[in-house]
Amino acid sequence: MTGTVKIAIRELYKIFGLDPENALKHVLDGVGKVDLLEQHGHVLGLQDINIDMHEGEITVIMGLSGSGKSTLIRHLNRLIEPTSGQVKVDGNNVLTYDEHQLRKLRRESMSMVFQKFALLPHRTVAENAGTTLQVRGFSQNEYLAEAKKWLGVVGLSGFENHYPHQLSGGMQQRVGIARALTSNSPIMLMDEAFSALDPLIRTDMQDLLLQLQDDLHKTIVFITHDLDEALKLADRLVILKDGYIVQQDEPQHILLNPCDPYIEDFVSDINRARVLKVRSVMSALVGDTPPADAHGEVDYNDTLEDVITRSGGDTSHSYIVTRDGAQVGVLEMTNLVRALVPRVASEASARKL
Amino acid sequence: MATYDFIFDGLGLRSWCDADKTEKGPLSMADLLAKGDSGKESSLLDIPFPSLDALNESCGRVVQSRAMTKGVEEGFLAIKDVLRFVLDPITQPLSWLLEYTLLIFETVPWWIMFPILMIVVYLATKSIRMVGFVTICLAFLAFIDHYSHSMQTLAIIFVCACLCVLFGVPIGIAMSRSDRMQRMTIPILDMLQTLPPFVYLIPLIFLFSVTEPKLYGIAIILYAIVPVIRLTDLGIRLVDKDVIEAADSFGMTERQKLIGVQIPLALPNIMAGINQTIMMSLAMVVIASLVSAPGLGVLVLRGIRNLELGVGLISGLGIVLLAIILDRVTKAALDRVNAAQKR
Ligand SMILES: Nc1ncnc2c1ncn2[C@@H]1O[C@H](COP(=O)(O)OP(=O)(O)OP(=O)(O)O)[C@@H](O)[C@H]1O
Ligand SMILES: [Mg+2]
Repeated sequence: MTGTVKIAIRELYKIFGLDPENALKHVLDGVGKVDLLEQHGHVLGLQDINIDMHEGEITVIMGLSGSGKSTLIRHLNRLIEPTSGQVKVDGNNVLTYDEHQLRKLRRESMSMVFQKFALLPHRTVAENAGTTLQVRGFSQNEYLAEAKKWLGVVGLSGFENHYPHQLSGGMQQRVGIARALTSNSPIMLMDEAFSALDPLIRTDMQDLLLQLQDDLHKTIVFITHDLDEALKLADRLVILKDGYIVQQDEPQHILLNPCDPYIEDFVSDINRARVLKVRSVMSALVGDTPPADAHGEVDYNDTLEDVITRSGGDTSHSYIVTRDGAQVGVLEMTNLVRALVPRVASEASARKL
Repeated sequence: MATYDFIFDGLGLRSWCDADKTEKGPLSMADLLAKGDSGKESSLLDIPFPSLDALNESCGRVVQSRAMTKGVEEGFLAIKDVLRFVLDPITQPLSWLLEYTLLIFETVPWWIMFPILMIVVYLATKSIRMVGFVTICLAFLAFIDHYSHSMQTLAIIFVCACLCVLFGVPIGIAMSRSDRMQRMTIPILDMLQTLPPFVYLIPLIFLFSVTEPKLYGIAIILYAIVPVIRLTDLGIRLVDKDVIEAADSFGMTERQKLIGVQIPLALPNIMAGINQTIMMSLAMVVIASLVSAPGLGVLVLRGIRNLELGVGLISGLGIVLLAIILDRVTKAALDRVNAAQKR
């Protein structure tokens, strides 16, 4: 699943204020976000960020409001300049780019989807979707044709000549996504792209994104403050707090092994049966012989919910796990049930007794 | 013995003050008045503000206030020739433009002018009702034999408003892009907007001869250009930050951003500025008849000079009609822009 590293962020710091260079020295000496603001009047936006984002994966950056998510994603295409650090795309440090190279990067390598859609109100849906190509100097016929194709993909055929204000929020964001897709760039940056939409539409849009990703295999950086959304979309999850990374890993792994009380709090309210997958709780097959008393086969990527439904709630069952037809492991229902209880919750209830 | 003698005595400047006492400055009005009732004991209530004139009484070395107005005048007269040498050729095209446009508006017969105006109104507003309304107003003006004067006024407004937009929009754009430029320009705009319109005319009369059209052309443009500059600046600064960020993220050049995003999104504000600019040109074109601008203003002026009440009132009505036409047509055009980009 791990392709080559598409975007690598190294020791990235961002400090907002009049004299960030000086404030950076204090931060390197160990001054925290709150103290930096009170004693030195600077806002610590990002602090020692190191992330590898792999080609063809969805990297979700999650954190509460003010944790620096928007600041981080805007460093990737340099809408914000860092105070120190490196951002490498395909191995090239974009912070050394001159104006011309930077424009080329923004036009051809990255496209962005915005929380508030940011469509141009005076242009039609098709013209909006074609903007990314128009900017690059394509003729009107070319960019409208391409825009029309991608509007079809996101389910907006027939709306080409409408204006944005004639569409619902969900449809407007589809235009936003079509606009990013039209540019045909390998990287897509999505800053809380679905946060302004109501829950049902939001689920639709998440499904749309996953379905598109199945075909297109883009490198997607997705920002959200919603854990359910993060777990649904993420191939890799990065959790930010006050500008630093608390934990980054595969979401299944974070859920089972939260490394910080902050994250334990976060994950304790989740419907784990729906998120956790068989592969995360199975034990690998020892030798080549599956246990004879197995009650059937389950797929490597099934959710625990699927398995519980199949077992009818009987905890004595065990299943053989298959991946692409091959037998790869064994799932004991007892392990499954144990995984359903978060660590904090089990400790808390243990203390009560 | 004058009120403020003690200051100069106290500072030991008496001898400096009296050094050329023999050659006393010209009498001021206050001196003349004071002569009449000299000898009267001055009470506390009569203490004058330590103005230049009051200080002059105590010390002959302090200049009188009228020296200042005189200084301004002399200063202006001194640079006048240089100024005229530079400004005259630069502004000459304005004279030609006004002369030719006036000529065209006057010589084109009414039965060609009416359809042209109707087409223009239709293109701007896309509304048949508006065309009908304008036609009726113009027909009424023509019916009471104010057609040629109205056309002259319209011609002047047409030239001046076009030039205001031509210069005002780029200045507004420049202001919106640089805070320094904005800080420098705003005081000038404030001054242009608050100076009484008559005050523009005074230095202009010294610079150019009264018979030249550019004299009133410049006065009108200076007066009317302010709103279009201000609202262009405002409009561009108010463009949604998210949209600008999106434009940047797609790698738009500054030019693409300006033409493709900022100006279109600022257009409602710019149009509102143009509307105000046109209305202010109309106000100024009446005053400008004092310096030989033709048009309805001339009739108003005649009404005032000769106390011809009827002439003054009817030409005033004509100006009101023109104002309504211009205002409604530009507002309708503005609404059309607004409707196209409501969010
Ligand atoms: N231009 C700026 N000047 C000063 N401080 C800033 C600036 N931009 C962001 N910040 C600060 O940086 C921190 C992170 O902001 P950021 O917008 O990245 O948060 P976020 O995680 O995107 O939050 P949200 O979920 O509300 O969008 C905040 O504390 C904010 O106050
Ligand atoms: Mg944000």
